[in-house]
Amino acid sequence: MAFSINVNGTNHTVDVEPETPLLWVLRDTIGLTGTKYGCGIARCGACTVHIDGQAVKSCNTKVSAAVNGKVTTIEGLSANSTHPVQVAWTEIGVPQCGYCQSGQIMAATALLAKRPRPTDAEIDDAMVDNLCRCGTYLRIRAAIHRASDLAAR
Amino acid sequence: MTHLEVSRRTFVVTTAMAGGGMMLGFHMPASAATLVNKQPWLNPTDKEGVEVNAWLTIDPEGIVTIRVPHTEQGQGALTSVPMMIAEELHVDWKAVRAVFADANRHIRNNNEYVNMSTSGSNVVRSRHPHLMAAGASARERLKQAAATAWNVQRSDVTAKDSVLTSGTRRGTYAEFATAAAAVKLDVEPKIKTPDQWWLLGTSVQRLDIPHKVNGAAAYSIDTRLPGMVYANVVCCPVPWGKLKSFNFDAIKGRPGVIGAYEMKMGTGRGGADMQSGVAVVADSWFRAKTALDLMPIEWDMGPSAATSTATLAADATRLLGLPGEALGTSTGGDVFAMIANPAGAKVVKAEYHRPYETHFRMEPINATVSVTADRVDVWTPSQDQSAALQLAASQSGMDPKNVYTHTTFIGGAFGGGGGGNTGVTRQATELSKLLGKPVKVVWTREEDVRHDKQRSPHTTAFTAVIGANGYPTAFFSRSVGPETRSSSGIDNMPYKVANRRHERSLQASHIPTATHRAPGTNQNGMIMEGFVDEMAQAGGINPLDWRLKMTEGMEDWQAVLKVLKEKSGFRTDLPRGEGMGVAVMEDHASYCAACATVTVSRRGQLTVEKVMVVINSQHVINPLNCAEQLEGAACWELGTAWFAGLQLEKGQFTNTNIDTYQLMRINQMPSVEVHFALTKGGTWGGMGEPAGPPTPAAVANAIFYATGKRIRSTPFRSHDLSWA
Repeated sequence: MAFSINVNGTNHTVDVEPETPLLWVLRDTIGLTGTKYGCGIARCGACTVHIDGQAVKSCNTKVSAAVNGKVTTIEGLSANSTHPVQVAWTEIGVPQCGYCQSGQIMAATALLAKRPRPTDAEIDDAMVDNLCRCGTYLRIRAAIHRASDLAAR
Repeated sequence: MTHLEVSRRTFVVTTAMAGGGMMLGFHMPASAATLVNKQPWLNPTDKEGVEVNAWLTIDPEGIVTIRVPHTEQGQGALTSVPMMIAEELHVDWKAVRAVFADANRHIRNNNEYVNMSTSGSNVVRSRHPHLMAAGASARERLKQAAATAWNVQRSDVTAKDSVLTSGTRRGTYAEFATAAAAVKLDVEPKIKTPDQWWLLGTSVQRLDIPHKVNGAAAYSIDTRLPGMVYANVVCCPVPWGKLKSFNFDAIKGRPGVIGAYEMKMGTGRGGADMQSGVAVVADSWFRAKTALDLMPIEWDMGPSAATSTATLAADATRLLGLPGEALGTSTGGDVFAMIANPAGAKVVKAEYHRPYETHFRMEPINATVSVTADRVDVWTPSQDQSAALQLAASQSGMDPKNVYTHTTFIGGAFGGGGGGNTGVTRQATELSKLLGKPVKVVWTREEDVRHDKQRSPHTTAFTAVIGANGYPTAFFSRSVGPETRSSSGIDNMPYKVANRRHERSLQASHIPTATHRAPGTNQNGMIMEGFVDEMAQAGGINPLDWRLKMTEGMEDWQAVLKVLKEKSGFRTDLPRGEGMGVAVMEDHASYCAACATVTVSRRGQLTVEKVMVVINSQHVINPLNCAEQLEGAACWELGTAWFAGLQLEKGQFTNTNIDTYQLMRINQMPSVEVHFALTKGGTWGGMGEPAGPPTPAAVANAIFYATGKRIRSTPFRSHDLSWA
């Protein structure tokens, strides 16, 4: 079945079953591999993307649910890694293995769009579904505050 | 950027042994976006470089590309290896590029890169002599090339910041690279001593960061090849069980499905390399997964289908009641007689247990392999790319000289990616050989947890006799587990007890096991150091003072304990519901002390407020990266001890995803304060693992002071911590 979805400003026609998760359409059909598979049950956050600016877990979002929205992935967040969250992540050197970081960054950018000056508790609430096995949580929290400062300039 | 802006809840302090106490800033060099290719097996410069030796090339503009023979799994090898070589070469850090060394060349040229495995915290601590020697050799050959051209002695030439000078003569490394490549030195130079370093010992940001903030970094699971097909594989849920039948007819009409294939149990290394299972191949991974989920499969669960957590625990109890193998560190008199006749002295007994645990790397187990008539290409998140190459060679029957591994970034390793990422690499090789196409195999997370090679469970029973002065006079431990590591950190404990006996018994289990970040000591930190607190308590001695007294004269241990005492403010008299705990362990030649501060609500809700970690690795080459590793390792093992724990029923693991196999989340992460207490001796310690072992012990001991409850098994969350 053919669907037209808008990803990072480009329309793609994909021929997949309607129940196919957006994650696999992004990765295998369109070839945007920055969005990661982690758990498949929407509990690790590695697959986080935006639909109309809202953070969603693409592993349990059916492609049919994405046809009317604008999907943004890590590849489309900014040109040349210039989004304040990416700048802060780079300055502070958050990633270790890096595998979860696309999802962390997409969750953080959605948070800051809603809450430009989040408290630690608000950060914890927004990021609790994003698992990091390397244990970069402290630097994630610091980088979100740093991004908040950068965006306010 | 200042220290505090970055840290907020994290502080890095280096403490000179004289008690200096110098704060370390986070100095961020200019962004280095081009320093590593997003596809790091490709050369990041488009200029042809001159190969001065196997480890590095220098291009006409002076860009030095360093070939890193180890994998980048988050621990920083892609930065630390170039740092060690650049230190000796004395090249401007901004001119350094990193690329992964070619495992095929390593095999073809008789292990040219010495050892490509990335494990055991070895990259810096054990490999620095030959890595630094490679840089030093290149530098001396550049100097010799200039000396010959200028008709001076090599000792008259200076090499610094990519420039060679002698008197008024001056030339760049790039100008002399070709001549240097032909130089043969009579004697290879010695590597520098730490007092001569200019780059090592400074905080350098990791080279791979820029590619990990925009989705560009290529992991094995991201591999896409022309004509590639996708496979999902399921193996018998009980290891060593076998596939009986599957009904492909039930799914063969599904969209994109290409076929279903039996995966026969491998025979290599005991067969655990590849369990019996079945693969479904399709034109996309989700189609393969969906079809496999729907395909009827019958299993012969094999001989272990009645095994469970409960039966293993009963077996451990049985073994604890039987004599074990006496270990070589036993010393002094008859410990059993002293325990049997304590002559009025206090006797302390306790039993501690840790369950099976899994790695749960963020990147699920996967491999992509292309087998053709004349070559095999492999992408797999292995901690040893040369081992992955040999594995694909053995499975395909191809001469290893015609097998190529393409080293990608790895989405976490933690000891689970050793030995070539075995089962899945064999599966992908087998399927590609069968189909004549490139095949990407990705395991579901549930399959990943079920068939990862697990961390083995440990049980230890202790008995100690406490002397009149409050310190133990006799000590007995009997450790039980499926691996000999069940006694790691226990039979070699540093504490000076005059009479000690250590025993170990091997427990039978059908579960394949492997290394797991700080193997052995990660299980036993909480076991050993929990009982140490019990001994101190029985003797009425402050547990931190107990450890200081019992390691007197052992400078490596004293260094971390003294700094912990100075910095932590450790005390045992906090109000009910608040507690501090300490622990100390040695792992990979590093000594690490931890102090945890916790609160426990009356209803038993645990919050870990802070963990202080003091490390003595003797030397440190990149304090920034070290602090990250210490935070990460503390999070790793605290998360395991607090939340995780695999459950086994009917021979198979039942909590196979993150909803039931819980791990540390951001809202549970304590602040981490790092101190270095470096004794700067002749040994280098590891950094990626040692903060794990003492951390959960410090937390468990803190829980005792907060609640009066002694925690002797994990996960902590399974215990009722409420207090009145």
